[in-house]
Amino acid sequence: MTVDKLVESISNKSDRIGRTVNLMEVCGTHTMAAFRSGIRTRLPEQVRLLSGPGCPVCVTSDNYIDHAIELAMTENTIITTFGDMMRVPGSRGSLSLAKARGKDIRVIYSPQQALVAARKNPGREVIFLGVGFETTTPLVAWTIQNAYSRKMPNYSVLCAHKTIMPAMRALCDSDDVRVDGFLCPGHVSVITGAEIYKPLCREYHAPCVIAGFEPEDILLSIDMLLNQIISGEASVEIQYTRSVTAAGNKLAQKCVNDVFKPCDASWRGMGVIPSSGLSVRSSYKEYDAELKFPRIRVSEVKRDTGCRCGDVLRAVITPSECGLFKKECTPDNPIGPCMVSSEGTCAAYYRYSRIDE
Amino acid sequence: MNKKIITSAHGGGGTATKEIIDIVREYLGNPVLDQLGDSALLNLGSTEIAFTTDSYVIDPIVFPGGDIGKIAVCGTVNDIAMEGAKPLYMSLSLILEEGLEFELLERVIASVSSAARKADVLVVTGDTKVVEHGRAGGGLFINTAAVGRRYEGCNTSVSNAAPGDLVVVTGTIGDHGVTIINEREELDLESDLQSDVAPLNTLVDELLTSVPGIKSLRDPTRGGLAAALCDIAGASKAGIEIEEDKIKVKREVKAACDLLGFDPLNIANEGKAVIVCSEDSAQKVLEICSDNEFGRESVLIGRVVSEHPETVVLRTRMGGKRIVDMPRGENLPRIC
Ligand code: SF4
Repeated sequence: MTVDKLVESISNKSDRIGRTVNLMEVCGTHTMAAFRSGIRTRLPEQVRLLSGPGCPVCVTSDNYIDHAIELAMTENTIITTFGDMMRVPGSRGSLSLAKARGKDIRVIYSPQQALVAARKNPGREVIFLGVGFETTTPLVAWTIQNAYSRKMPNYSVLCAHKTIMPAMRALCDSDDVRVDGFLCPGHVSVITGAEIYKPLCREYHAPCVIAGFEPEDILLSIDMLLNQIISGEASVEIQYTRSVTAAGNKLAQKCVNDVFKPCDASWRGMGVIPSSGLSVRSSYKEYDAELKFPRIRVSEVKRDTGCRCGDVLRAVITPSECGLFKKECTPDNPIGPCMVSSEGTCAAYYRYSRIDE
Repeated sequence: MNKKIITSAHGGGGTATKEIIDIVREYLGNPVLDQLGDSALLNLGSTEIAFTTDSYVIDPIVFPGGDIGKIAVCGTVNDIAMEGAKPLYMSLSLILEEGLEFELLERVIASVSSAARKADVLVVTGDTKVVEHGRAGGGLFINTAAVGRRYEGCNTSVSNAAPGDLVVVTGTIGDHGVTIINEREELDLESDLQSDVAPLNTLVDELLTSVPGIKSLRDPTRGGLAAALCDIAGASKAGIEIEEDKIKVKREVKAACDLLGFDPLNIANEGKAVIVCSEDSAQKVLEICSDNEFGRESVLIGRVVSEHPETVVLRTRMGGKRIVDMPRGENLPRIC
């Protein structure tokens, strides 16, 4: 179907439904793609896209950033990280500031580069900041397996990996969140497969469509969600069929299970969600930076910045409803991580949505 | 502890870089500097001169399509050309690191020579310093300056765009930036992608001597096409509307941007120009560009409008609209 046809179909279906429907883009990449392609400006008013908790940078806690900076200050360490983490504010500044002050912090593009750095710097400890959902976790697990089989003594991961399902469940359980359907993350689902969303449909009667990232993918997925809503159904459908299967990537799943085990994890704004995180299994404990540097302990600092990232991530408010948005909080001076990451909801609103206001 | 310090974001050419420029202007501001063009325009008696300086700290020193020497000449020459002037003379200062191999130095100087010949400028003065090992990144930094003579009656300032004018870009965007990231970070993107680094002064020469309706010229280097258009919209106090499906982005560039979460509009170019011209001269501009080796793939990407002043809006492939914002340095690792 052409874009115009899709827009028309969505519009007709929205009329038939006759009330506002809230569809959540679970994944930050969808948020960004929807803004970049101007999808929001073509949807009927009654179809609202809400951004969910699926930006790994946005849900990372202050505490983790503080911990990473402490590790960076430890003698003889090299911190490696994806670029988006650099400017996330912790309670005492960001990694970017620590780097400017002379700490060896390197932006890398794939976890494999962290291993290369470890090989090239045998006398120093290379620590990778393991942040991300199912999409990145297998690669990081692979680096640990690789370091293990090569007996590399100077590589470790500071692990804050998370899984998306428990967060979606927590959203459905929360009283102030109202979601009529989920645009499920395409990249995550390539690894996990479609089956994992089934309980959500069963228990919460939540329609799920796994969406690709091209504008047409997103529109078609919205259309599919509206179909489910009209028929009163709730099932898992795959729009992104070119990459996602029911069972997912078994090899990647196996790799993750070999290296990591579930643990409780703290989500910025959502608090601790049981079994929503991953920690390094004891069989690989020498690659767990937390255990390797036991003397580095950071205490939880409660900062009251006024940032409402938590509410933004649960789609209880839109960024413009945060009092700091575009005033104290801008991409040049982010107060919360939602404004830092290129996939962050506040950053996306800041960059792209002014035209509608 | 909490003193404000320079971070890599300040080198990105976007809003953070402006904080540095603001300090410089506070202490050194004068009518010439305050124009903030790619070059300063100086009136020396009867001749008008464009004068510019630039430093090159690119890593890696050699990359597909060029090296630091070629980029030092082209970048400087282009800064002069964009101000509507013909580059004539340039300086070349080398900051070398202990341990640099002579062979590499020679290769870079040979490359300076061939780029200068192509651009028809003379390197007439220079300087050499050697610093301790570890103080000059990849082993070699270059600083250049250049002067050029302004074309008579030409004014190509970014503040000249007016509603009704059209916007042309001289080819695909993002080639340079993605090439550099791919090389530096060993991303192993399978591609024949090359930097677009090129001297644009011959093209500008043809344009300025045969089309009267050229309003503004800008080379979309750091900060990419987005920054160049935001500059023009801001300085001209006009809106700009561009069309996504007109803008040419190579498949490899798009793929790399998708992978890394970058917007091709924010990626650096080293051999492209943004040309704002009056509607009736657009056809001639496109003709001249497509006859020039560095403008073959020129396209009309949009127009200057009276709506949304100082804002650039992209009409997306799917008929939606969105703002094109000034890049902020933090998304993009520094390229050069
Ligand atoms: S606008 Fe800034 S302070 Fe407000 S929720 Fe977003 S990131 Fe937090």
